[in-house]
Amino acid sequence: MSLYDQLRHLADSYGLIALIVLFLGLCLWVFRPGARQHNQEAARSIFKDEEIERDDDDQ
Amino acid sequence: MQAEAALGRVGLWFGVLLISIILAATARDTGFAAHATIIAVVAFVLMWMSAARFDPMGKARGFFRMPEGLSRYDDDPIRWGVLATMFWALVGLLAGVFIASQLAFPQLNFEPYFNFGRVRPLHTSAVIFAFGGNILIASSFYVVQRTCRAQLAFPTLARFVFWGYQLFIVLAASGYLFGVTQSREYAEPEWYVDLWLTIVWVAYLIVFVGTLARRTEPHIYVANWFYLSFIITIAMLHIVNNLAVPVAWNGSLSFSAFAGVQDALTQWWYGHNAVAFFLTVPFLAMMYYFVPKQAERPVYSYRLSIIHFWSLIFLYIWAGPHHLHYTALPDWAQTLGMVFSVILWMPSWGGMINGLMTLNGAWDKVRTDPIIRMMVMALAFYGMATFEGPMLSIKAVNSLSHYTDWTVGHVHSGALGWNGLISFAAVYFLVPRLWKRERMYSLRMINWHFWLATLGIVFYAASMWVAGITQGLMWREYGADGYLVNSFAETVAALHELYIIRALGGVMYLSGAIIMGYNVWMTIAGRLREEAPMGAMPDYDPDKDRPIVRPATPEPAE
Repeated sequence: MSLYDQLRHLADSYGLIALIVLFLGLCLWVFRPGARQHNQEAARSIFKDEEIERDDDDQ
Repeated sequence: MQAEAALGRVGLWFGVLLISIILAATARDTGFAAHATIIAVVAFVLMWMSAARFDPMGKARGFFRMPEGLSRYDDDPIRWGVLATMFWALVGLLAGVFIASQLAFPQLNFEPYFNFGRVRPLHTSAVIFAFGGNILIASSFYVVQRTCRAQLAFPTLARFVFWGYQLFIVLAASGYLFGVTQSREYAEPEWYVDLWLTIVWVAYLIVFVGTLARRTEPHIYVANWFYLSFIITIAMLHIVNNLAVPVAWNGSLSFSAFAGVQDALTQWWYGHNAVAFFLTVPFLAMMYYFVPKQAERPVYSYRLSIIHFWSLIFLYIWAGPHHLHYTALPDWAQTLGMVFSVILWMPSWGGMINGLMTLNGAWDKVRTDPIIRMMVMALAFYGMATFEGPMLSIKAVNSLSHYTDWTVGHVHSGALGWNGLISFAAVYFLVPRLWKRERMYSLRMINWHFWLATLGIVFYAASMWVAGITQGLMWREYGADGYLVNSFAETVAALHELYIIRALGGVMYLSGAIIMGYNVWMTIAGRLREEAPMGAMPDYDPDKDRPIVRPATPEPAE
């Protein structure tokens, strides 16, 4: 078998499965228990540099 | 600066100058000679500057504005980037209006330097790489510093990235007019310009990753993921697509390392991923930072933004073959490209919904804040373009639309609608902050810009839909005897009016950008236009807001 064939078979068997598992794993990772708190903090993190102004607005 | 160092610097630039002069003198073609001359001029200016700044390091600091201490964000390269964005936007859009007019009025082809074939790549590169590239570099430097709460790493290298990228743009743009091109879509610059861009891009990666490494925030905000994937993937695409063998070291001509259908697939693997990782992913990074900031609300779902990110990363890279439907490319590869393009619809709309839903509870801002209005329209066009794209990639649809103006209309609803509007919104966000102004000079002018741009896109996209379908149907029309009914020239003549409408749409879009240029100019000059605020209440007089009390004595009956 040529190198091309070997790589080709690797790509459409183990390679394909590995990429799908990796993709699904990365997508499911954000649903892990306890992730909600972390995600909310991350989403709010860009407003930390405005918090002083924000307090003024709330007066 | 030490005398030895200054002398060394001058000597270095003198060496570059000398080599450039030799290359210009011995070049095999005029395009290469012109480029060597540009390099010689740059080397001369740098040599002169090095000599002039001998001893007092202050002058170098003065021009390149090196940051002092770590307690401030390093914003000068971003300011230059915003100005460069504005300048190249006007150049690129003007070139676009010019070539659109050429298609309607072929007399405007001024041979040889300003014919359609040479100005078109000038237009595409100017809007994608000069306008788009500058706002991406500038906004990424802005966002990475703010979200990491750290100063930009390697300030010298950051300045090199900015100026090196401008040199790349000048070489690319002038090359097209001189006829220097390797004829690869969105990758026309020849081998030596490609090598230069590679150096600049690696420097860009180092600055960006260096800043991430310096962060004081524990989490890397999702916008930076998008920016980083853009930098890494573009490096990979650029290197593989531009593998070529130059004919001579002193000539511009080179030949691709690939041939035939492999070359075609390499080009569209690059071409479509330039759309993906240059025109989509980093602009989404802008969306994930600037839309929440302007709306003053966190992104609708951070979880969705991460799924959006990984889906684009894993799916986009396979969609390129849909550019080669019904060609010598194997059928399975065409189908693969089609299937992945259709799947891409989902994460694209997930991202669009995530951006739009960020405004949940703040939808009134669409009425009062023209920058938010622009962002919403940008997201709407992102949604439209990412629906139209998968549809056009379906083979049956593609057999009608391929090679027609429908494709051109599709590209422009994405480029003008999504990339253009989100970039303009980012510039409007950045300018008052970077120059420490209260707000933009005029919000009403932003509103004018918004409407001119939106209407311009509508004219553009609508005329190109009609033109594309007309073209596609005319090309495939057979008579009873089995011959094609229309000659090619007849199909061109049928589109004349539509081409005029398209050029008109372009003029409107350009006019909006000119208004923006004036607005940015006046903001930087420190002026504030006196104008009625957007979405203000109609006149209200509390003194008159009361019941009329009738006189106590009844009036006599008549």
